Amino acid sequence: MKPNTLLRRAFPPAAAIALFFLAWELGCLAFNVDEFILPRPSVAIAAYFQWQEAIWPNALQTLFTTLVGLGLAIAAGTLIGALIGYSALLYDALYPLLVAFNSIPKAALVPVFVIWFGVGTLPAVLIAFLISFFPIAVNVATGIATVEPELRDVLRSLGASKLDLFAKVGFPRALPYFFASLKVAVTLAFVGSVVAELGASNRGIGNMMVIASSRFDVPLVFAGLIVVALMGIALYAAFAILERRVVAWAYR
Amino acid sequence: MERSQPCVALRDVSLFYRGDDGREVHALEGVSLSIAQGEFVAIAGPSGCGKTTILKLVAGLMPATRGQVLIDGAPVRGPQKNVGMAFQNPTLLPWRSALENVLLPLEVVAPHRHHFRSRQREYEARAQELLQLVGLDGFANKPPYQLSGGMQQRVSLCRALIHEPEILLLDEPFAALDAFTREELWGVLQSLWLARRCTVILVTHDLREAVFLANTVYVMSKRPGRLVHMTHIDLPRPRTLEQMFHTQFTDYVHEIYNRIGEVRV
Ligand SMILES: Nc1ncnc2c1ncn2[C@@H]1O[C@H](COP(=O)(O)OP(=O)(O)O)[C@@H](O)[C@H]1O
Ligand SMILES: [Mg+2]
Repeated sequence: MKPNTLLRRAFPPAAAIALFFLAWELGCLAFNVDEFILPRPSVAIAAYFQWQEAIWPNALQTLFTTLVGLGLAIAAGTLIGALIGYSALLYDALYPLLVAFNSIPKAALVPVFVIWFGVGTLPAVLIAFLISFFPIAVNVATGIATVEPELRDVLRSLGASKLDLFAKVGFPRALPYFFASLKVAVTLAFVGSVVAELGASNRGIGNMMVIASSRFDVPLVFAGLIVVALMGIALYAAFAILERRVVAWAYR
Repeated sequence: MERSQPCVALRDVSLFYRGDDGREVHALEGVSLSIAQGEFVAIAGPSGCGKTTILKLVAGLMPATRGQVLIDGAPVRGPQKNVGMAFQNPTLLPWRSALENVLLPLEVVAPHRHHFRSRQREYEARAQELLQLVGLDGFANKPPYQLSGGMQQRVSLCRALIHEPEILLLDEPFAALDAFTREELWGVLQSLWLARRCTVILVTHDLREAVFLANTVYVMSKRPGRLVHMTHIDLPRPRTLEQMFHTQFTDYVHEIYNRIGEVRV
């Protein structure tokens, strides 16, 4: 992409974000909102700079938790998605179970995981995994299950094995679905790890926010929220760029 | 014509599908035909009469309920490796260029798959040659979405032929194209066949297409499909579009058309 087009593409979202912060700032000033209720963004950003050194290790911890959970979700989601995408029997058998698991509020599992694994990184990783697993599995399954029957016939009449069918058609065809789900999953994974850190960790942004709010340091809570949001955007953008590279054929 | 060993033979083949509601669909009843090596056969019949089913049986994609399907004298059990298929929908892989789409069978079919890496250049040259034969030189590196429907169907034909199959199965390959493109592709298919002389089974509901291309035209009845009529087309090759206006040609079309009329009542 030429720098020029990049600039043109980056401008509208940047402007929207700037406008959002401006409205927030001005709204708080106009209605004279108490900093304890809703700090202005400038105050939250000031809190960020004040607590920078404390925020970064926590942010990296949350990022780590999220990526491990997401990595597990990618591995398990692709595998389960491929299985239920290929086998109508497995699909019928497993789908209700998957939906049931996905319907459980993940926050409700946090105390259970604490009982099982104690307070620490593991519950947060598991929550991030559980929350991001479902969209990946469903999308990969869709990509594979919707292969045109004629295409399957063409390959079968060449003596193709199931593995050939997966490698030549199923997998490449599922990739756009996979990337679409990744962009959803990565933001969900952040939600999962932060929610878990709120109650079940002694590290991470979530934990930092709990400590800050117990000290009534609301600007620091908001600084934490903004950092999480920024990390979410960064990972989303990274996957979006990867997607453009790998499945360029799906965009035209 | 050599009659000793038919290349494809169906002996009294019947087929029942089990529908989604559990009821049986009687698709074919007592179909017998024998196709010589290198013959071009067209099967015409109303929609739903079991034309596609015949092709699937020959390709070994499913077993006959009753009767026998033979290729080169041997009963078909399971998917065949020496057939090429093309359908109404070109079913190209959108992430591959035209050339890569044509190469797909060589990556899958034995023995080519074992040499694919070492002989890639040779295979690519072969694919280029085929693309040239169907008038697509210069489009080898284009993705499918940059090709028109007719061009995609040409690529699909090349893909069906690249591994030099003994039998080519075509399921209404031109049905979705406009009249001009369709007639152009009849010419393309004819020259491919004249160059390769493989055995072709073409399913169509276009009688002029059948008469233009085939040596033998079979007509099927409504479901359950039976073969109700057979005509040998004795027209010189290569046939030209111009010939379609000669009485010799139109007589064939008329005759077959009348037979279909008899089947309807
Ligand atoms: N997988 C299937 N299950 C049940 N019925 C089928 C199946 N495939 C085809 N049929 C039925 O068998 C009949 C013949 O189908 P087909 O060979 O596709 O017809 P044609 O190609 O001549 O239009 C049709 O009535 C169709 O509805
Ligand atoms: Mg059909």
